[in-house]
Amino acid sequence: MIEAVGLTKRYGAKTAVYNLSFQVRPGTVTGFLGPNGSGKSTTMRMILGLDQPTAGHVTVGGHPFRELPNAPRQVGALLDAKAVHGGRSARNHLLSLAQLSGIPAARVDEVLGVVGLQEVARRRSSGFSLGMGQRLGIAAALLGDPQVLLFDEPVNGLDPEGILWVRNLMKQLASEGRTVFVSSHLMSEMAVTAEHLIVIGRGQLLSDMSVRDFISHNSADFARVRPADTDPGAREKLVAALGEAGGQVLSERDGALRVTGLPLPRISDLAHESDVRLWELSPHQASLEEAYMRLTQNAVDYRSTADQLAGFAPPPQPGYGGQLYEPPVVPEVPTQGWYAPPPPGENPYASDGPPPAQAPAQAPAQAPVAPPVPPLKAAATAPAPVTAGPAPASAADLVKHVSDEKPDRTAKPDESDAKTETTEDAR
Amino acid sequence: MASVPAVLQSEWTKIRTVASTIWTLAIAFLVTVAMGFALSLLFSTTFDDLSEAERTTFDPTFVSFSGMILGQLAMVVFGVLVVGSEYSSGMIRTSLAAVPQRGTFIFSKIFVAGMLALIVGFITGFVSFFLGQAALGDHGTTIGEPHVLRAVIGSGLYMGLIALFSMGVATMLRSSMLSLGILMPFFFLVSQILASVPKAKDVAQYFPDQAGAKIMQVIPDALNSDRAPYSPWEGMGIMALWVVAALIGGYLVLKKRDA
Amino acid sequence: MIEVEGLTKRFGKKIAVDHLSFQVRPGVVTGFLGPNGAGKSTTMRMMLDLDIPTGGSVRIDGKHYRELEEPVKYIGALLDAKAMHGGRSAYNNLLCLAQSNRIPVSRVNEVLDTVGLTAVAKQKSKGFSLGMGQRLGIAAALLGDPEILMFDEPVNGLDPEGIHWIRNLMKTLAGQGRTIFVSSHLMSEMALTAEHLIVIGQGKLLANTSMADFIQQNSRSFVRLRSPQREQMLDALSEGGFTVVEADDGTLEIDGSSSEEIGELAARHNVVLHELSSQRASLEDAFMQMTAESVEYHAHSGGGTAPTGGPAAPGPQWGQHGDKGKGA
Repeated sequence: MIEAVGLTKRYGAKTAVYNLSFQVRPGTVTGFLGPNGSGKSTTMRMILGLDQPTAGHVTVGGHPFRELPNAPRQVGALLDAKAVHGGRSARNHLLSLAQLSGIPAARVDEVLGVVGLQEVARRRSSGFSLGMGQRLGIAAALLGDPQVLLFDEPVNGLDPEGILWVRNLMKQLASEGRTVFVSSHLMSEMAVTAEHLIVIGRGQLLSDMSVRDFISHNSADFARVRPADTDPGAREKLVAALGEAGGQVLSERDGALRVTGLPLPRISDLAHESDVRLWELSPHQASLEEAYMRLTQNAVDYRSTADQLAGFAPPPQPGYGGQLYEPPVVPEVPTQGWYAPPPPGENPYASDGPPPAQAPAQAPAQAPVAPPVPPLKAAATAPAPVTAGPAPASAADLVKHVSDEKPDRTAKPDESDAKTETTEDAR
Repeated sequence: MASVPAVLQSEWTKIRTVASTIWTLAIAFLVTVAMGFALSLLFSTTFDDLSEAERTTFDPTFVSFSGMILGQLAMVVFGVLVVGSEYSSGMIRTSLAAVPQRGTFIFSKIFVAGMLALIVGFITGFVSFFLGQAALGDHGTTIGEPHVLRAVIGSGLYMGLIALFSMGVATMLRSSMLSLGILMPFFFLVSQILASVPKAKDVAQYFPDQAGAKIMQVIPDALNSDRAPYSPWEGMGIMALWVVAALIGGYLVLKKRDA
Repeated sequence: MIEVEGLTKRFGKKIAVDHLSFQVRPGVVTGFLGPNGAGKSTTMRMMLDLDIPTGGSVRIDGKHYRELEEPVKYIGALLDAKAMHGGRSAYNNLLCLAQSNRIPVSRVNEVLDTVGLTAVAKQKSKGFSLGMGQRLGIAAALLGDPEILMFDEPVNGLDPEGIHWIRNLMKTLAGQGRTIFVSSHLMSEMALTAEHLIVIGQGKLLANTSMADFIQQNSRSFVRLRSPQREQMLDALSEGGFTVVEADDGTLEIDGSSSEEIGELAARHNVVLHELSSQRASLEDAFMQMTAESVEYHAHSGGGTAPTGGPAAPGPQWGQHGDKGKGA
């Protein structure tokens, strides 16, 4: 159990973390999300007693980290994979850590086996790849068999097999009743690893809830409905029936319908009543990324004055003008077109960047070299050339819509109600 | 093929936009000049204490270049960093992807850096000479004396060639640390020590720095040193051969090895 | 268009790349996958003529890389975020690159703007975070407005906004008809970005196929069905000769069928459906299945870490045909 109360950290005039209170409970993997510069690392450093909070406090298992008796046996952390003396072998590195906290040497070989480094255990770690360094860092975190584990970007540099391994490892550690706190920028990874999420932005708490609730709160679930192609007129009939029943119907590229505001059984009944055969009726949950984007965007909306979008548009309501992007990969996340991302290292939301649709437009036509080449930003200012694939065309399209009217999720309460139902039904 | 003027311009930008260029060249200049001036001053005040032999072979031109022993080390650092930082930073991959003609790339780099080192070398040589002569006062010489101009110009060439040699070595070794670890002790210790050990001297006098440095002496057996079996310009030629060998070696390594 | 022909690279006795032949076509994002040590980076370096092949060749629009005049205008590459001189500012790093290929200086500011580094353009790049270094590397790749772009692990160190941005950037560039070749270990990211896949393992080509085909060939796909008239539907299915698996949550899973077929069947038997969706496995599952043999560092854990295929637990990032995700 990690507990932060009113945690605040200032560096000079800059407030990195402000009045942060949360609990990380044992038995689940808790994800820790936030844009670059939102204070995630600072918070993790304060949990580990590396940084001293300006105000508030954070405890691990009821004690501030520095007062923990034999801390390495209770808390394991992976903060920086390369925080290892490169001249030492992996085994000796772990051995020195083990000796510091009175852990038997046999445990070193155990954790080396767990992370799959036993074959290179005697090689100097300076020759390690990022992925191997990451494994070594994880081994160090596991060394004391601690009840509380912190991981900062654990899958960095790992290959797919390693990513899968880390994911399962974290789930397993949590299922053993440990407290597992993981930060990551990879939303898709978080979605399959974490059960609970703590999201911060600009050093403040934005959200503290389960992944499922988080997605439902911050984005729209929908149903994909496809009437039989062989039945002309079925589509129109169904659209009309769904519309009458209060559903919102949008068209996807492949001709399927995207329906929000109606639970699946209701859609099924409506189809039945209008005598329409269905070839597909599937529930869809928005991606964690979409939800995250929307949340952090909303956070900006109420904090900043005008023109502070920093090129970061809220996810468009799906299906403007039937122009939904239908990629081979179904869950298209909010598409922003070609915006200039905010300078990293600063709070992305603090920049004065132009709104998304304008950013490319402001850029002068270029491509001074190689004249036959289409200008680099052309597709963002105008729909892509005819030869273009579906992606850019719809990207440009969506951006336009976004800048025209910002969808306001609170404006459609019926939709969010219905979507909860849908989700429940789906389960 | 890549446009050579464009690559030269690019290499010039690379050189002028890193701090190490300024400080290595500034140190090369300041150390050489300051140490030459100080030693000249010292000789000037202690001239009467010198032995008879030393007094007859006193070479005021050579004395004003005494700072080269230390100053050349800064030139070594300059030469090594120009090439070595490409490797240590990983920039080499970006550079070679932009200019895949490796010969064009490395010789453009070496040309630009070499020219810069030569210019700094000449400035250092002339300033060292005039300040040194000012410090020596009555014991000094003038630029108009026989062979003096040759020695002053030679000192500039020497500094430039030292930098070029270092670039060649760094290209061969592909590492700043390794190159500095070899070149610094070599020029500062090994070469100097071997040059004063009786038997080893016969070999050491053909080392690049020993051979090249002879051009800075107006009097061949200056300060009671031994005469070399080659003329000053031949010495410079020996040094130039070393430089050419190092550069060719560097080019071959660059051409053959994976970046 | 990149054509790789019999490309081979040996380091001493070890064969890193073994007779690799494939083409990277324009207009789509081509993903380049493989476990650690499969030879991906070596292949990419040979494409840029940084590593010299032991055998075979790489042609860029029919030419060898070394024959390209001003290659930055043909092919932009992000191989290593930190392949810049840390003591030089971001602007100057790009400037010397631009000058070497006679690219106008104004273009430097443009790409810095594109990647969002304008505010830190004059700062030395050694103070950059991994994400900023990555953006600088992307700026360098875009500098020559090239027709071919190569990205090695582009999202490394980027935050979600940055990941989102680079993903859309790559799609946009491909949409303009450019050739985009991108390697990544993040399967979920690849699934969202790439249309075509080239998979290698132990230096050999394992697959060169479209994303959809790859997933189909390397994992199980089925139709999921949920109905209030479950028994009636089961009868109808067995009558129709379908193999049905009953999942724990009461849904029915039908292998080797299409949702169209099942939909028609249900309509004929007048069965109400509450869900009818075709399920595909995730790219990760498919990849794991294919490369299980050629992984270098196997981790061990008490828990079941076997890279099992099948759509039993695909992540929601890919499994949007269904609702399986968290809490499942």
